[in-house]
Amino acid sequence: MSPLEIISAVLLAIGSFLVLSGAIGLLRFPDVYSRMHAAGITDTLGAVAILLGLMFLAGWTLVLAKLIMILLFLLLTGPTASHTLGKAAWKSGLQPLTDGREPAGDSGKGAE
Amino acid sequence: MLTVTTITLLVVMAMALSRAFVGPTVFDRILAANVFGTKTVLLIAVVGFLFGRPEFLDIALVYALINFIGVVGMLRLIEYLEEDKQSTEDGR
Repeated sequence: MSPLEIISAVLLAIGSFLVLSGAIGLLRFPDVYSRMHAAGITDTLGAVAILLGLMFLAGWTLVLAKLIMILLFLLLTGPTASHTLGKAAWKSGLQPLTDGREPAGDSGKGAE
Repeated sequence: MLTVTTITLLVVMAMALSRAFVGPTVFDRILAANVFGTKTVLLIAVVGFLFGRPEFLDIALVYALINFIGVVGMLRLIEYLEEDKQSTEDGR
């Protein structure tokens, strides 16, 4: 096991753990907005860790360039898709699950 | 280590699918479809390394493009359906 393979194995393990924890969050969280938070974790950090792990396996080849392209593209589209999803959910009148207290910002009386 | 990652990705895709089936609102389903698409990209890349086929990465890149377009397209459609529904309610 050369040092590169060890680093890639560690990164793949971290990526797998993050992806799994994000998926568990996707199932357990109460409403859409918190699920989007959980899905965001798996899409960004989990994917980054797994792709970095693969990069260490690839070494200085064309495959490395392709992996960097995939990584860049995932990092660009993930937030955009989540933003569009959040906007569509908000516009359709889906209220986030709060514990019933008035938001302190606009009304002010809920602050105490 | 690649096989462990492949198995984990398959498990996560199954969980995303179960969220898609259960999901009460349509936005849960789109979110699950988005997560499923991203995990497919990773699965294709990892399997490409597992079988020693570097050309799989092109497929993974194209799949990431298509997945993003699909999700944004569905959301745009739903926004227009919502506006259409509201305008008919106000218009009546």
